[in-house]
Amino acid sequence: MEYKDYYQILGLERDAKQDEIKRAYRKLARKYHPDVSKEEGAEERFKEVSEAYEVLKDPEKRAAYDQLGSGYHAGEDFRPPPNWDQGFEFRGGGYTGADPDAFSDFFESLFGRGGFSQSFGGGHRRQYHAQGENTHARIVIDLEDSYHGAKRQITLKHSELGEDGRPQLRERKLNVKIPKGVTEGQQIRLAGQGQPGIGDGKPGDLYLEIAFNPHPLYTVDGKTVYLDLPLAPWEAALGAKVPVPTPEGSVNLTIPAGSKNGGKLRLRGRGIPAAEPGDLFAVLKIVCPPAQSEEQKAAYRAFSDAFDFNPRSGMGG
Amino acid sequence: MVEKTVKEVSGTLFDEQRLLSLSELCRACELPAEVIVALVEEGVIEPTTAKRAQWRFSAVSIRRVRRVRSLERDLGVNLAGAALAIELLEEIERLRARLRRLEREG
Repeated sequence: MEYKDYYQILGLERDAKQDEIKRAYRKLARKYHPDVSKEEGAEERFKEVSEAYEVLKDPEKRAAYDQLGSGYHAGEDFRPPPNWDQGFEFRGGGYTGADPDAFSDFFESLFGRGGFSQSFGGGHRRQYHAQGENTHARIVIDLEDSYHGAKRQITLKHSELGEDGRPQLRERKLNVKIPKGVTEGQQIRLAGQGQPGIGDGKPGDLYLEIAFNPHPLYTVDGKTVYLDLPLAPWEAALGAKVPVPTPEGSVNLTIPAGSKNGGKLRLRGRGIPAAEPGDLFAVLKIVCPPAQSEEQKAAYRAFSDAFDFNPRSGMGG
Repeated sequence: MVEKTVKEVSGTLFDEQRLLSLSELCRACELPAEVIVALVEEGVIEPTTAKRAQWRFSAVSIRRVRRVRSLERDLGVNLAGAALAIELLEEIERLRARLRRLEREG
């Protein structure tokens, strides 16, 4: 097990005052909170910071941690010395409002179930019968899965009390049916697939929030799907019939004459096939061919001669 | 490792048709009704109708409630502050999605 330097994690000196500890924690929590931060590894960092605060905010735990000494270095192999906790009493149990499963082995060995299990009076781990907690997770699918329906295998990890009364990490796999027509942000409830109950308590439920992988062709907003459709200038100006890919297969779309760049053509009901299907919009994107050969340059010159066109007329110049 | 047969499950989908009742939302978020009511009063989540007995919530409410609760707990902000943070965060998410769309068009 690795020694954790809780002061270093919060960027503090070992003699930091309680209000400094709180300030450092709040600042880092705002920065790395998984609901706020999009940074890579933010969640891991947030867990670390929470764990450090969990210990240092409590003068009793902090004192116990401090007397382990400052001789250890972060990451160094660590075993708690025997009876290291003598003379300390951790009122209110090892964990407070924080999520104990998120904490490290290091914390666990000092303050957790393995260490201070005797001093757990009520609170987080109830002794008798209690319903298991819910589990919340995201399930990321492809847009096509929503058009056709799909099955996704997920792996759940949860801790269970083993024969010896110590928690063990168990893995469980489930094949989840994704119904056709789901959109981002919807939830699937799997009754009884959450954390196991304690004693005779029923297990909690599993909630899966639907999210989509980014798609190379389409973007999705609710049940509306957008597709960029490149057009040649003459197709936009004169009108055309062009094949357009949709998640259900290619369709022929009529481009009306005089179409503009950025214009949207609606394909009604070709969006996500919810009970009331969404629409698919082809967003027109006019692409000009480069003039390379003499003939092509001549064509552009003829183009220019045929128009009295100043694209910058709106600039007041 | 021995490959066991993986259990196949299909659950309840909360979509635009199948909304959550107040008690279903309480069950999902493991919170008493008073807390949910306070979140409705703060405007964090919006039921479809005004009458409490007929309140129905969209699936997105589960995420909002859980986010507000974890911001309150971890950052020490009050309910109004967490509600504001959620609104701003969701606005950023909408803008990021829009930006992704525009960057592809450009």
